[in-house]
Amino acid sequence: MRKEFAAKINSLFASNQDLVFLTGDLGYNALEDIQSAYPNRFINAGVAEQNMVGLAAGLAYEGHPCFVYSIAPFAVYRAYEQIRLDVCIHNHPVCIVGNGGGYGYGIMGATHHATKDLACLSPLPNMICYIPAFAEDVEYCLDQIVERKGPSYLRLGLGIQYPKAITIGPINQVVQAIDKPALTVITQGPVVKNALKAMEGLENVDLFSILTLPILTLSPEILNSIALSKRVLVIEEHVERGGLAEYLLLQLTRAGLKLDSFEALNAKGYPSKTYGNQDFHWKESGLDVENIQHIISKLNS
Amino acid sequence: MTDFNSIQLQLRHKLLKLYFDANCGHIACSLSCLDLLIALFNQKRTQERVILSKGHAAGALYVMLNHTGEISDEELGTFYQNGTKLSAHPSANSFVNIPFALGSLGHGFSIASGMSQSKKIKASSDFVYVLMSDGETNEGTTWEAAHFAVSNQLDNLIVLIDRNRLQGFGETADILGDTSNPIKWQSMGFHVQEVDGHDLNALETCIQECKLTLNGKPHVIIANTIKGKGVDYMENKMEWHYLPMNEEMYQKALASLEREYHA
Repeated sequence: MRKEFAAKINSLFASNQDLVFLTGDLGYNALEDIQSAYPNRFINAGVAEQNMVGLAAGLAYEGHPCFVYSIAPFAVYRAYEQIRLDVCIHNHPVCIVGNGGGYGYGIMGATHHATKDLACLSPLPNMICYIPAFAEDVEYCLDQIVERKGPSYLRLGLGIQYPKAITIGPINQVVQAIDKPALTVITQGPVVKNALKAMEGLENVDLFSILTLPILTLSPEILNSIALSKRVLVIEEHVERGGLAEYLLLQLTRAGLKLDSFEALNAKGYPSKTYGNQDFHWKESGLDVENIQHIISKLNS
Repeated sequence: MTDFNSIQLQLRHKLLKLYFDANCGHIACSLSCLDLLIALFNQKRTQERVILSKGHAAGALYVMLNHTGEISDEELGTFYQNGTKLSAHPSANSFVNIPFALGSLGHGFSIASGMSQSKKIKASSDFVYVLMSDGETNEGTTWEAAHFAVSNQLDNLIVLIDRNRLQGFGETADILGDTSNPIKWQSMGFHVQEVDGHDLNALETCIQECKLTLNGKPHVIIANTIKGKGVDYMENKMEWHYLPMNEEMYQKALASLEREYHA
């Protein structure tokens, strides 16, 4: 999604003279065009994430909405207090851009993974976390972020292109069963591609991808699907606590929906204490195609 | 010339009353930086901002803003009470001259640097002021922000360090060493001045000197101060970071102020 992100940032910077971009010394082979096109509004703040977020808050106070870019765990965890205090409680338009959310940095190891980022950020006041699932979602998310003028987090990963025309919005309706669905699968982020693959050939399963945490809205389509299926499977590249499954369960319970079953597949950390690429960690956590197929067939039987 | 002696006494009276009425601590660290705030607010343009990074000295800021008319007497009287906008550390979104909630140390310098960077982008001639404690220079973000300010040539940024040489649980020299030592700031590329932080004329001269020295170097004024300045029994005593005054102590403190500032 870095390519789509850089292209959209370029066009936003061309039309909005106030925007400022800060990077924590990252962006090789992605941000060079922005750096050369907007030298006054592109700041390499060095390997100093806490200061970078404080700077962004000061810039935002003075009327410059900011993007703050780093590898997801460095942007989120290292600078958490600055995000909480300097940005969020003042409702400043600062977007924390975390590249490689979840296991996106794969073999780079645990230091570079962010599987609790949404649990950390989504409860903060005024904060909306945007988690694009497909490459095309990035542009939509950035438009929302700039328009909203508040604190936000953009969790970038390696997203596939849209498999076919789908509805863009807070909820991507990826697949809709023609008839009565037997199961409603709800995903977040690039792991949607595993769900899509696992569901190939199944005609009685709905698939939705939710773009934000907190969940901004549950569409009539998703509520209708769950009301009919009464079975929900959540797939998220995030630990169980504080992620999509918990948010969703609370909202569905409040909406009075009665469910026959509610299952969630989550990031499980490093169960074998070994490391590999993103697919390897997805498999370790049961977020791989094979396990999703297995769970779907169990729930769908 | 401004009658500084009278302002120093008047605001110290208000400060002591504020803390006595609230029966709370943070008196001495407010007294150590009160004169710095008087100098800053006396010099700054209306639209310029002072960032009180040492938020635990909120009382000093509140009496200063009461003096300038931004916080009414009635509002000041709500300090520390339930339902107040005047919490023990400054809170967000209530007063123009309290632009950020501060009190977790090591935040204000970065924020002020961002504001200074914005002035550079907009080619504004305004300055940004940040008031830090010397203990606060223990924080790693101080050094992140310091390097950023130098490398980005923020000569519109004026950092004041309230160097009272005492911090939360001991003397700064005994804890992490003298982290606000002028040599460190000099070596990083700051325009450094050292001054008696209770001499308002000297402070004003320093601030003027910063404004006239626009050579790409950010400014730091290391203000040597006395924790508890003006109240003899509090001066240079760490415990007065924390202690509240009883009636007898309050009366003694007022008498001490009279001796110090009416002599």
